[in-house]
Amino acid sequence: MHKIVSAIFLAENIKKIEIEAPRIAKKRKAGQFVMIRVSETGERIPLTIAGSDPDKGTITLIVQGMGKSTRELNSKEAGDSIHDIVGPLGEPSHIEKFGTAVSIGGGLGAAIAYPTAVALKEGGNYVITINGARSKELVILEEEMKAVSDEAYITTDDGSYGFHGFVTQKLQELIDSGKAIDYVLAIGPIPMMRAIAEVTRPYKIKTMVSLNPIMVDGTGMCGGCRVSVDNQIKFACVDGPEFDAHLVDFKNLSDRNKMYLPEERQSAEAFTHKCNLLKQA
Amino acid sequence: MDAQSITTKERLAIPRQEMPSQNPEVRSHNFQEVNLGYTAELAQQEALRCLQCKDPACIKGCPVNIKIDQFIKFIAEGNFLGAARKIKEDNVLPAVCGRVCPQEDQCEKTCILTKKYKSVAIGNLERFAADYERETGNVELPAVQPSTGKKVAVIGSGPAGLSCANDLVQLGHAVTVFEALHELGGVLMYGIPQFRLPKEIVQAEIEGMKKLGVVFIPNAVAGRSVTVDELLEEEQFDAVFIGVGAGLPWFMGIPGENLLGVYSANEFLTRVNLMKSYQFPDNDTPVFNCTGKNVAVFGGGNTAMDAVRTAKRLGAEHAYIVYRRSEAEMPARIEEVHHAREEGIEFLMLMNPLEFIGNEAQWLTGAKCLRMELGEPDDSGRRRPVPIKDSEFILPIDTAIISIGNGSNPLIKQTTPDIEVSKRDTIVVDINTMATSKDNVYAGGDIVTGGATVILAMGAGRTAAAAIHEKLMRKKEH
Ligand SMILES: Cc1cc2nc3c(=O)[nH]c(=O)nc-3n(C[C@H](O)[C@H](O)[C@H](O)COP(=O)(O)OP(=O)(O)OC[C@H]3O[C@@H](n4cnc5c(N)ncnc54)[C@H](O)[C@@H]3O)c2cc1C
Ligand SMILES: Cc1cc2nc3c(=O)[nH]c(=O)nc-3n(C[C@H](O)[C@H](O)[C@H](O)COP(=O)(O)OP(=O)(O)OC[C@H]3O[C@@H](n4cnc5c(N)ncnc54)[C@H](O)[C@@H]3O)c2cc1C
Ligand code: SF4
Ligand code: FES
Repeated sequence: MHKIVSAIFLAENIKKIEIEAPRIAKKRKAGQFVMIRVSETGERIPLTIAGSDPDKGTITLIVQGMGKSTRELNSKEAGDSIHDIVGPLGEPSHIEKFGTAVSIGGGLGAAIAYPTAVALKEGGNYVITINGARSKELVILEEEMKAVSDEAYITTDDGSYGFHGFVTQKLQELIDSGKAIDYVLAIGPIPMMRAIAEVTRPYKIKTMVSLNPIMVDGTGMCGGCRVSVDNQIKFACVDGPEFDAHLVDFKNLSDRNKMYLPEERQSAEAFTHKCNLLKQA
Repeated sequence: MDAQSITTKERLAIPRQEMPSQNPEVRSHNFQEVNLGYTAELAQQEALRCLQCKDPACIKGCPVNIKIDQFIKFIAEGNFLGAARKIKEDNVLPAVCGRVCPQEDQCEKTCILTKKYKSVAIGNLERFAADYERETGNVELPAVQPSTGKKVAVIGSGPAGLSCANDLVQLGHAVTVFEALHELGGVLMYGIPQFRLPKEIVQAEIEGMKKLGVVFIPNAVAGRSVTVDELLEEEQFDAVFIGVGAGLPWFMGIPGENLLGVYSANEFLTRVNLMKSYQFPDNDTPVFNCTGKNVAVFGGGNTAMDAVRTAKRLGAEHAYIVYRRSEAEMPARIEEVHHAREEGIEFLMLMNPLEFIGNEAQWLTGAKCLRMELGEPDDSGRRRPVPIKDSEFILPIDTAIISIGNGSNPLIKQTTPDIEVSKRDTIVVDINTMATSKDNVYAGGDIVTGGATVILAMGAGRTAAAAIHEKLMRKKEH
């Protein structure tokens, strides 16, 4: 059992949770994740380690309520516990002095990109961050991103804050302005990552994306997390989760993530029903 | 007839006692154990068939040389606890091995009766003795030697790790087992299904080891949570045993393997066994809803049989085994093949998949297969399957489960480069001691042999434990 030390909402439906996990706090590197199981009957789900405090022995997760498991996790408060955490898993982000590095986070992707942006800065890069959200209320980690960036941009789809438009448009604008970009990291919804790959492809800018296939064990045993990269099978949990954006088969990933839609809906509805009953009681 | 006065002729006249089992019609819809176990009467009858050979051939066929004649004699005499304890001198997991060992290739193959009659049902008797001891609450904890002050880390809680830990703790060493998953037991928990090996049995064995003092740390992935070097240097373990099993399931490399509905057997079985998705939605993890669907499993080993029988239990209309050679070449235990057939599994032999076919939404709809025939024998002496010209056809299926074996878990190799591995990425050891190329690091089980058997993994764990003990005590004297 792992105790939750603090839990606060950063935006509607997005919660920042600090959990006791001393071994993981000591070992984790940017880009790695944990598998967690909220309860005895829960699923094992992957969540990126957004930060850690080795002295306190805690790690931070930033969680978006999607379906049953993430909403159940987000219903926990400081003092509650979760059943299992294992990690750190996955290959750490590859960090070197690229020169100018752009870290792009779409929606919750900002939380996943943040630790790597920190590492890129520490690695001596000129760091530009582009943080995209649908609208102003959904922007997360603005201050944190600013603190690690040489240039920080916010984009919103509806123009309610920062640049009016998509992260791809902002990236294109930077390229058009003549800025030499050596490296791009893009994390967010699959259509966004695919679009970024198309923006950078003509310029041959090295572009990495962090993939989010459905996982079970997260240790390289089941093959459920396989993705197609350069027409080869790769296991995202041990070979990734970061891969070369120009080689990823995004269509296949997006299709495969739909495998359990009916079951996910069923679980989510049952969970909503349970929450409503609890509210009434 | 009693065990003292019975003549050889009378022994030979007793037929081999059948293992009582659940009715196939019923069991193909539930996850309860198929075999029900011998009653005391059946066990004694079967035990009387043993000729008590002077130089028992059966023992030579047993990878850990259980004193088979002696334990069977105890059963014949009605001393069931004596039998269980005799087995445990050589095998720490008899209730497991009695259920899953391929006896027909081991002790029952070499049993003297096999040639002319049917072999003694050694596996069934082993199971009976172990179950009797456990079910009557008579399991005795073995004595533990005084503390040696030495610490050993065991990585992986499959049969190799468990048997190594069990021996070392009894010899007085402090043993900590690190397991990557949230459950302990390795393939015994996440691979082999409940209907063949009830999980309670595995857990009872592990509880016993906890009582002896073995410390288990689940959710600890060696190489990620802690490396082998850190265990030796920072955490000051005197030796490390690596029993991480096989890993990375192989795919066939044919088009369409990433379609929705295509699983590896590991994933399918892990979802059902470890994550209990047969109890969805009470357990959160889903698995493909097989009800009324056609499921094909590609492969012919134990894993394939487990997967196909699981699919049937989840409601599959047609559950097929598709195998490229003929039935005689299938590596699965004979009993499993027999049980599968009784449960209505359809065997499509001499058939090779070429491609998986999907619909608009990328869901699997069929497998394009080619019929084969047996040609000349290959290097292994088995007749090589060769394609029959123009025999392609499409087998309509909703789910495909690929069960053609596993590669090796890459984590240890990636994070401890000074451990020598083979071309297949298995860990290289000295087979007499299970020592790796790295000082004080030992390995055994599937990570050394590639996918093998429970009993071989267990034997390797015990060999390593003896060698580790010897080395640690030798050091101590200096
Ligand atoms: C390496 C990695 C890192 C991630 N990091 C974060 C993070 O830091 N914060 C965060 O909020 N989310 C993260 N995710 C996504 C998160 O794991 C899923 O949102 C979560 O599993 C959904 O579960 P659910 O029951 O709430 O929703 P469901 O209703 O079950 O599913 C919603 C969608 O999530 C995906 N999903 C479902 N089950 C799994 C599973 N077992 N593994 C992976 N994806 C699944 C599917 O695409 C599905 O359509 C990450 C995913 C990966 C692979
Ligand atoms: C479905 C199936 C059916 C089978 N049926 C039979 C049968 O009927 N009879 C038979 O004799 N054999 C059978 N086998 C084979 C047998 O189960 C294996 O040979 C045996 O379990 C190998 O034991 P092991 O201890 O080497 O590895 P495993 O049982 O694989 O255990 C290894 C353990 O190590 C853990 N681990 C892996 N990596 C790490 C890490 N980095 N850090 C910490 N822990 C780690 C794993 O999670 C696992 O728990 C079957 C196998 C399968 C998959
Ligand atoms: S070889 Fe067969 S008959 Fe002889 S002792 Fe062994 S089990 Fe009994
Ligand atoms: S999640 Fe099972 S192999 Fe990656």
